[in-house]
Amino acid sequence: MQALVIVAHGSHLNPDASTPTYDHADTIREAGVFDEVRTAFWKEEPSFREVLRTVESEEVYVVPLFISEGYFTEEVIPRELRLEGWDLEQWDSDGTSATHATLEAADVDKTIHYCGPVGTHDAMSDVIVRRAETVTGDSEAGEGFALAVVGHGTERNENSAKAVHLHADRIAETGRFDEVKALFMDEDPEIDDVTDFFETTDIVVVPLFIADGYHTQEDIPEDMGLTDDYRTGWETPAEVDGHRIWYAGAVGTEGLTADVVIERAADAGADVGDAIETVRHRTRSDANASAGD
Amino acid sequence: MTDVNDEQLDALLSAAASGVDYDGLVAEHDVDGYRFETPDGTHEELTEAEFGELADRNPWFVSNWYYWRARDRPDTEVAFLRYLEGADDRPVTDRYETMADDGIVASWGQLRIDIALGEDGHRVYTVRNETEADTAIESLTVHTDPLEARELVKHDDRGRYRPLKTAPTLPTGWAFVDLDGRALAETVEYVYPATIANWHLERRGELDVDHWRETMERQSGIYSVIKTWDRGEGHEHVNWVAEACCADSQCLKRREWEYEDGTPLEVDGGDGEFPCREPCSLVVTAARQWTKLEGEETKRYEFELTPSEKEQIEAIVDAVADGEAESIREADIYEGANRYRARFLRAKRFDEEGRLCGVPTDDGS
Ligand code: SF4
Repeated sequence: MQALVIVAHGSHLNPDASTPTYDHADTIREAGVFDEVRTAFWKEEPSFREVLRTVESEEVYVVPLFISEGYFTEEVIPRELRLEGWDLEQWDSDGTSATHATLEAADVDKTIHYCGPVGTHDAMSDVIVRRAETVTGDSEAGEGFALAVVGHGTERNENSAKAVHLHADRIAETGRFDEVKALFMDEDPEIDDVTDFFETTDIVVVPLFIADGYHTQEDIPEDMGLTDDYRTGWETPAEVDGHRIWYAGAVGTEGLTADVVIERAADAGADVGDAIETVRHRTRSDANASAGD
Repeated sequence: MTDVNDEQLDALLSAAASGVDYDGLVAEHDVDGYRFETPDGTHEELTEAEFGELADRNPWFVSNWYYWRARDRPDTEVAFLRYLEGADDRPVTDRYETMADDGIVASWGQLRIDIALGEDGHRVYTVRNETEADTAIESLTVHTDPLEARELVKHDDRGRYRPLKTAPTLPTGWAFVDLDGRALAETVEYVYPATIANWHLERRGELDVDHWRETMERQSGIYSVIKTWDRGEGHEHVNWVAEACCADSQCLKRREWEYEDGTPLEVDGGDGEFPCREPCSLVVTAARQWTKLEGEETKRYEFELTPSEKEQIEAIVDAVADGEAESIREADIYEGANRYRARFLRAKRFDEEGRLCGVPTDDGS
């Protein structure tokens, strides 16, 4: 038997923080390739400490629903899961290239395949593009659009900016959008001046965040000038300095993120059958259905 | 009583070869034939047909064995479901009679679980909030998919987010019906995550408790400061934390963690069915704030208050701490924590900067 455990941050204060995690778990559960699909949180229950004992399978694929490699993926999660002999070297990563490591957990008799975070997987670039399609309601969105991928910035962890650049560069290479840039909340180039960085009138802004919360629903919309007060909401698209800003909200809420979770587990050796295809297809029809609403 | 079902009889016939001895049912097969035994009597040297007739007359014993043994259930789930129906203490006939009648009533935290007899001796479980034990199921919102429990338990009846799943604020108005054993265990897992697993470990004497000291030593990042709160001069502060957060009025888990191995806290751990094996993330987060606040030295302040005003301040702290401030009626001006009373006190005793009796806080910095 094989289990998938999605580990995420969660929140003591924000009831919606866990929603994307639950949604992706449900999508993957429906695909039916894992005997068990569980979720665990740093701030909610079950905790990282206690999730493995709720799982029956001997093979467990743990996928962090985090944006970048750093404090949580390198230190907190392995420690709390009691991964024996965990050493960052096992990931052999340059900051965005971790795939997985195979370990045992001290409190259960299971093999734990500890995967890199979803945010740095190549497939996350596709989710960002899908997010742009969803927010514009145009499955061909690209020509005539600029794309801004937004990150937190270095703050505590330089890998977080690396992940943003990784995807901005990958998407730029495809040539699908007229312009692609990485922007940040607390370092240059700053999101506050978003319109200064683009020639194109239509700019799709996709924050590389897992869940919507304070940053994506309050800070970023106000910083970009979509609204003076986040509580009154904003238009999509919103007119700012002669540009139209299509603000997408956290990329992690996009249904296709479930695909990245599965790909992480598959890269670590999970037998996922045709789940990748199924989920890619199913989340696309969901996206189109909601865009038509 | 219905006849025994063929599938169950076949399963029992083949299991008899290696011997069955379960909840009072004994079934064996050797060179002399079959043996069939229940607390009502022993029958030996039976032909397969005779064995079948006896099974037919004792369908409860057969289906009971089948329910627990012949299906592929994890040990934890078997232990939990058997515990709910008191299977280790109550004879098969007693349980079946009750299930066939009004059903067996069990509880887990604030959940009320009704166990009824389903087809072929299977169980059908119903789950709801215990305060709605007498409410007709029809007047509740009915669910059958365990996953729906996740959203249901996110907010309490006042619409407030429940960051602690085992807080005694389980919302009302819903019921899960027609659940089989697996679906029941899943539902409980979403309402009270990991409680079944930890309960089972504890029953087997294998619960891995991490006490306060170990837990705080383990913290890193913004939480590493908490270890500085333990200064080796007693652990009164941890008693206060446990009293504040872990009392049964705040959390249904039974706190099994102590200050450290061999140094128990003086505060009662509670009476819950399921154990708490280490300070949870809520307690860790609160402890970080307390570590900062408790770093302050006390100072001497002088306030002029009437005796009733002093008591009123105590009443306000009590009302907030017990979560009762909201339920004090609008015009109940006899309660110190009544809103008008509190507003009057503020109007009289606070200066325009919100300082009690105009006394500056002077944090000494
Ligand atoms: S630490 Fe206290 S509040 Fe937290 S789960 Fe345990 S008993 Fe409940």
